[in-house]
Amino acid sequence: MPMQPKRKIPIPGRVFKDVMVKSLTGLTVVLITGIIVAILIITVAGGWKNLTWEFLTQFPKDGMTRGGIFPALVGTALMTLIMTIAAVPFGVITAIYLSEYASEQSVFAKTIRFAVKTLAVVPSIIFGLFGLGFFIKFIGFNIDNAFNGGELRWGQPNILWASLTMALLTLPVVIVSVEEAIKTIPRDMREASLALGATQWQTIKNVVLPGSLTGILTGTILAISRGAGEVAPILFTGAAYYVAELPTSLNQQFMSLGYHIYIMSTQSTNVDETLPIQYATTLVLLLLTFSLSLIAVILRYRIRKKAI
Amino acid sequence: MNRDLPDTKKQEFEKKTALSLSIREKQFRFSDWFAEKLIKAVSFFSIAFVILIFLFVFRETLPLFSGKSGHDKIENSGISDENANGLKPESYVAGEDDQAGDELKPEVYSPDEELKPQVYSPDAETQDAGELKPETYGDVIPETGSSDDISYANEGSGDSYEIGDEAEYPVKTLFSGDWQPVSDKPRYGLLPLFVGTLKVTLMAILFAAPLAIMAALYTAMFAPPRLKEIIKPVIELLAGFPSVVIGFFALTVLATFFQQIFGYASRLNAFVGAIAMGLAAIPIIYTLTEDALNAVPRTYTEASLALGASIRQTAFSVILPAATPGIFAAVILGIGRVFGETMIALMATGNAALISANPFDSIRTLSATIGAEMAEVVFGDTHYSVLFLIGSLLFIFTFALNAIAEFYFKNKVIRRIQGK
Repeated sequence: MPMQPKRKIPIPGRVFKDVMVKSLTGLTVVLITGIIVAILIITVAGGWKNLTWEFLTQFPKDGMTRGGIFPALVGTALMTLIMTIAAVPFGVITAIYLSEYASEQSVFAKTIRFAVKTLAVVPSIIFGLFGLGFFIKFIGFNIDNAFNGGELRWGQPNILWASLTMALLTLPVVIVSVEEAIKTIPRDMREASLALGATQWQTIKNVVLPGSLTGILTGTILAISRGAGEVAPILFTGAAYYVAELPTSLNQQFMSLGYHIYIMSTQSTNVDETLPIQYATTLVLLLLTFSLSLIAVILRYRIRKKAI
Repeated sequence: MNRDLPDTKKQEFEKKTALSLSIREKQFRFSDWFAEKLIKAVSFFSIAFVILIFLFVFRETLPLFSGKSGHDKIENSGISDENANGLKPESYVAGEDDQAGDELKPEVYSPDEELKPQVYSPDAETQDAGELKPETYGDVIPETGSSDDISYANEGSGDSYEIGDEAEYPVKTLFSGDWQPVSDKPRYGLLPLFVGTLKVTLMAILFAAPLAIMAALYTAMFAPPRLKEIIKPVIELLAGFPSVVIGFFALTVLATFFQQIFGYASRLNAFVGAIAMGLAAIPIIYTLTEDALNAVPRTYTEASLALGASIRQTAFSVILPAATPGIFAAVILGIGRVFGETMIALMATGNAALISANPFDSIRTLSATIGAEMAEVVFGDTHYSVLFLIGSLLFIFTFALNAIAEFYFKNKVIRRIQGK
């Protein structure tokens, strides 16, 4: 039996260095976590007093210096709803193509992957420009010219164009989540289905899709969380400073929580006086996106666990 | 591309199980065929969208280069750059003094702005440029938003331009040092915007990259497995913070906090913006770096530990070098995120188009310029086209960054780890 060293041979400075490096890197984790906690605490501390039922269900009053954020809440909800309807089917189908039909070598699939990654890193403001240039100026103007005799109805910023712009932005989020979930479905299940005589489409419909429902849900939640918080794409595609009533048709402008925060904190008539409103709005938005991403993180964690 | 698809399809099927192959070849089902084609067609859209984004963002910049300006193009070389630069500051003295100070936020501007065109007079042209410089940044903040302001500027471009200057040639002012799109002599110098963007990006990455990489190193190498499960989702939660929330945090809390520490003059400046943008970039760099570190084969770690190295030595001499290309890719994507960040830049950097090396000066970034001014411009205006030009540049830049990270560095990682 070989002799076992009784203890590690001490090398001068090594233990000290080890401990130093470990604590230094650990400290960065503490710092980052601390910043996250600080943002949360400051927002909660500044906003919770104002976070009343009235605040959530009232319109802004007195030149937006008092009152609630009801139209912004409804606007955000409507926008994310339309966005989800547009983005999720596209995302799910693309993810199915990438994981079920496309082979790794296919140039087409590689191009799609690259395009999705590009969509994920393009600055959100570019989506805003695209929404303005494509949806409003190209599609909207042409619709107006063709059907409304040039009267400006669709060729202006509105909730539909803003939602579609946002859908583009959140498309990669959906694709990545759904693809990740589809990958966790064991190959055996597909083969069993095919062996029973099912076609590939039947396999996808009856085996792959039901198995990836959690992933689709995760992707949808993440997309909503992202879409609810983004402001840059809707800056000039549909968000309004103030609307007197809730949007009743798709070609109306809307108020959004994020845009409300931006406007109130930089361009309102009295920034200091409305600070409580700003904090409370931020708190609402943060709670919304935070709880959504928390749900998504938990769901994703369960998917990953299932995969192992 | 479409032509070689059948081939690759065939290869794919050959690779798949013999069972599915035989089913495929035996019978033709319309529903199956249709579903596949439909799915393929829909997934093509993500490619189409990227192309469309490029096309339509670029399309709006075209008027700039085709010279659609209807005015007579008389160039008067007598008006030098400096001179034109000096014209405007003079005209604002009345309203601008108190604003040029520390608060460069948009809201300060509303009432005084209307004075601008009225005070302006041709006499101002004779003024000396040099001594007026400090005030320049008063008028480079055009996001005031009052619509009469803009219409005035447009009238101005119609009336007072008979003398002719660069404003008739907007393309020529693109490389100048002044960003003054809303004035009676609009100048669209992108230089200060570029300098500001680069400055804030550099500072943000210098703040975010070391933090994120070290945190990732701790998570991947040193942290106990239980702690790892907590740290990862917590830092990833930061990615779920909307940028407007981070911007608001920077605007209300960070700006005051840092002002108390450093005592600088303008409350909102490049430094505050950089810290806030760094916060936005940290989760991206962290996640990708952690992935890169985890992608290093476990045998590397084990071999190093077996040779008697400590975990620290393994981390720095084995894992980090092997993961370097991946970490570079992470930092590059972080740069892309900061470069295009709009809301934080809009809210926390002060939005004054200054060229200076001082990190505590206000700056104006490319994306914030689009965000602040696009809502107020007249469709088809030169200003409008210039904003789209900025958008195209941003798009091309982030596209290139992504391509570099994707193809160059990813391949390097694979090659390095596979030992080729």
